[in-house]
Amino acid sequence: MVRADFDRSLEELEAELIGLGEMVEKAIVKSMDALARRDLALAYEVVAEDDQIDEKRFELEEKCINLIATQQPLAVDLRTLLAVLHIAVELERMGDYAEGIGKICMIIGEDESVETPQQLPQMARMGVAMLQRSLKSLMDRDTDLADEVWDSDDEVDALYDAVCHQIFLDMGQNPKTIEAATHFLWVAHDLERIADRATNIAERVIFVVTGRIGRYKPPRELN
Amino acid sequence: MQDQDFILQTRGLSVYYDTKKAVTDVDLDVARNRITAIIGPSGCGKSTLLRCFNRMNDLIPSARVEGQVLFDGLDLYGHDVDPTEIRYEIGMVFQRPNPFPKTIYDNVAFGPRINGFQGNLAELVERSLVRAALWDEVKDRLNASALSLSGGQQQRLCIARALAVEPRVILMDEPCSALDPIATLAIEELMRELSEDYSIVIVTHNMQQAARVSHYTAFLMVEEARVGFLVEFGESRQIFTNPEDERTEAYITGRFG
Amino acid sequence: MAVIPQSEFQRRRARRKWMGRGFHGLCLLSVCIALGMLAVLLIYLLQQGVTGIDWSFLTSFPSRHPDKAGIKAAMLGSIYVVLVAGVVSFTLGVATALFLEEYATRSKFAKIAKINIANLAGVPSIVYGILGLQIFVHSMHLGSSVLAGGFTLALLVLPIVIVAASEAVRAVPPSLREGSYALGATRWQVIWHMVIPQAFPGILTGVILAVSRAIGETAPLIAMGALTFVPFTPDSPLSRFTVLPIQIFNWTSRPQEGFQETAAAGIIVLLVILLVMNAGAVILRNRFQNKWE
Repeated sequence: MVRADFDRSLEELEAELIGLGEMVEKAIVKSMDALARRDLALAYEVVAEDDQIDEKRFELEEKCINLIATQQPLAVDLRTLLAVLHIAVELERMGDYAEGIGKICMIIGEDESVETPQQLPQMARMGVAMLQRSLKSLMDRDTDLADEVWDSDDEVDALYDAVCHQIFLDMGQNPKTIEAATHFLWVAHDLERIADRATNIAERVIFVVTGRIGRYKPPRELN
Repeated sequence: MQDQDFILQTRGLSVYYDTKKAVTDVDLDVARNRITAIIGPSGCGKSTLLRCFNRMNDLIPSARVEGQVLFDGLDLYGHDVDPTEIRYEIGMVFQRPNPFPKTIYDNVAFGPRINGFQGNLAELVERSLVRAALWDEVKDRLNASALSLSGGQQQRLCIARALAVEPRVILMDEPCSALDPIATLAIEELMRELSEDYSIVIVTHNMQQAARVSHYTAFLMVEEARVGFLVEFGESRQIFTNPEDERTEAYITGRFG
Repeated sequence: MAVIPQSEFQRRRARRKWMGRGFHGLCLLSVCIALGMLAVLLIYLLQQGVTGIDWSFLTSFPSRHPDKAGIKAAMLGSIYVVLVAGVVSFTLGVATALFLEEYATRSKFAKIAKINIANLAGVPSIVYGILGLQIFVHSMHLGSSVLAGGFTLALLVLPIVIVAASEAVRAVPPSLREGSYALGATRWQVIWHMVIPQAFPGILTGVILAVSRAIGETAPLIAMGALTFVPFTPDSPLSRFTVLPIQIFNWTSRPQEGFQETAAAGIIVLLVILLVMNAGAVILRNRFQNKWE
């Protein structure tokens, strides 16, 4: 079989990318867990482990550059390597958001005065599902599955609007909670960004399969 | 590519060697003043196809051509077309540099001389050597033997020789395969310059070269049932990043051939 | 894979070395024998004949007295006849070779022709003499003249020229022909401007071989009527003649002792002419070859 070596390298690379995805998934779940239980030790773990995510991303980047330089990839091989490169960056940024949530958790501390808005765990669950779906669509080269990621994004955006609205209301009604509320705003923002990054991953999957670059769906109507 | 200006077109072109088919029913359009590359695995008929454009297949007694090859609308295989006249308009550069065992000057002057050129031969020779990016290296030794040049220089001399008869099309049959990498890049650079004034068709088995150099690429393939048929033709940009046919992709990514 | 024991290995190596040396020695021995015989011949000739070579020898006609005998007539006869043979065989031979190699290559006719030409080289030379007698001397009414003799020898050496010229033409790289055609040359232009100049050294080799053969021929010329005693120089292409080999043969068959020396002198002259002709042609060939280096 011609290029068996190269094929093997590509397979290993994709497997490592999925591995990075799993690391990020765990980080998001952990950070939300820490927030829910106000578990400072867990939050600290999330922050510390983000370094590993960063390192893994650079490792992947280097491997991609190596393969591009030595194998002269064309067509689908080229698109795959470029996509892996981009997706690694997206995943690393998602990891940063999880780290952000962890830091906020540490700032909030054990203050149980303000409740965690219930949309947040929901947003997190959906974000994680979108991440899983986008990575699966890469593994299976399934453009239909990639499409579904966008549908979920609309829901996350709706949740984000709702939680922001609610937090502003609460802030207005109860000025003492402004500080805590602001923190939760940040968390909501991070979760919305996580979902958004997942759609970017889906975009890259479409690129690998069809060669089309650019935004897949028209931007959301501004209300 | 609807509005493109085509200098060469083939319609239903097939080539036989005795009873063996080498090229099957090819419809190809060569754009004017662009570089068109023909790629494909060994034995897919690329060189045979190329040699149809200047009727060099006529030199092979067992070769038979069916179909049309249109050069600015004129059928090259028509009844009263003289092959030698065509070769003034459509020149060729070969895989191994084949300078004549004469002086550098006589090599370039050969074509015009047998053509009965009446004008200033020395000026024509200089112009051709300048065009082929060789003048500076040989201007002081035009009477030296052509065989004393390096491989890359010899190939540029062959290009100058082809340019001297002032063709409109230059056919290149794997022009760099016998050259070292630096000489190869020099020739590729030259090709890009020449494509402003000439239409170039290049056969190459080097994928990266085709990607680097050409504006359009044609992919020819060979199967058990069929030999030398056109699988895909399009802008090189697209063929090498996202080809339409999976056979093209398999070949380009080196998964076969 | 079995490992060869060291001792056996040594033995094979030693044997190979000895076989190599033995073969080398055998070749050397063969060369010595061949050159030795040649050397003996030359020395004998020189001893016998060198004293007889003087200006009068070269400018006198043959006579019944050995010391008065000269080879002027035979020398001139040889030169004229070989000249005619050379020119005719060169022209016909090159044209034939070009036809067979360039124009008619794959035809059945060409294949048959080539086989037959090779066979002709093996035909005994006397047959050509009889042929020459019939065609040139009688049918064409040329008589037993220099022209007829030249034509006869031309036929004899034609196969040599054709074969050598064919080889030379075939040896011209196809890439040169292709390059010429690609520039718009007609078939004729390719042959004239590319093939012939390239093949010329090889063609000249063929002519050298032909001329060397022709100058030593005796039987065919006797068969078509060359004289043995010629007290005049050939003054026209249609005049009768004799050649050096015939004259030498004539002298060797005379009983007088002096004629043996005269014959030896004649042989030396023949060899010298041969050497000069060969050298001239080789110089010419080298000049053409170097032009292309």
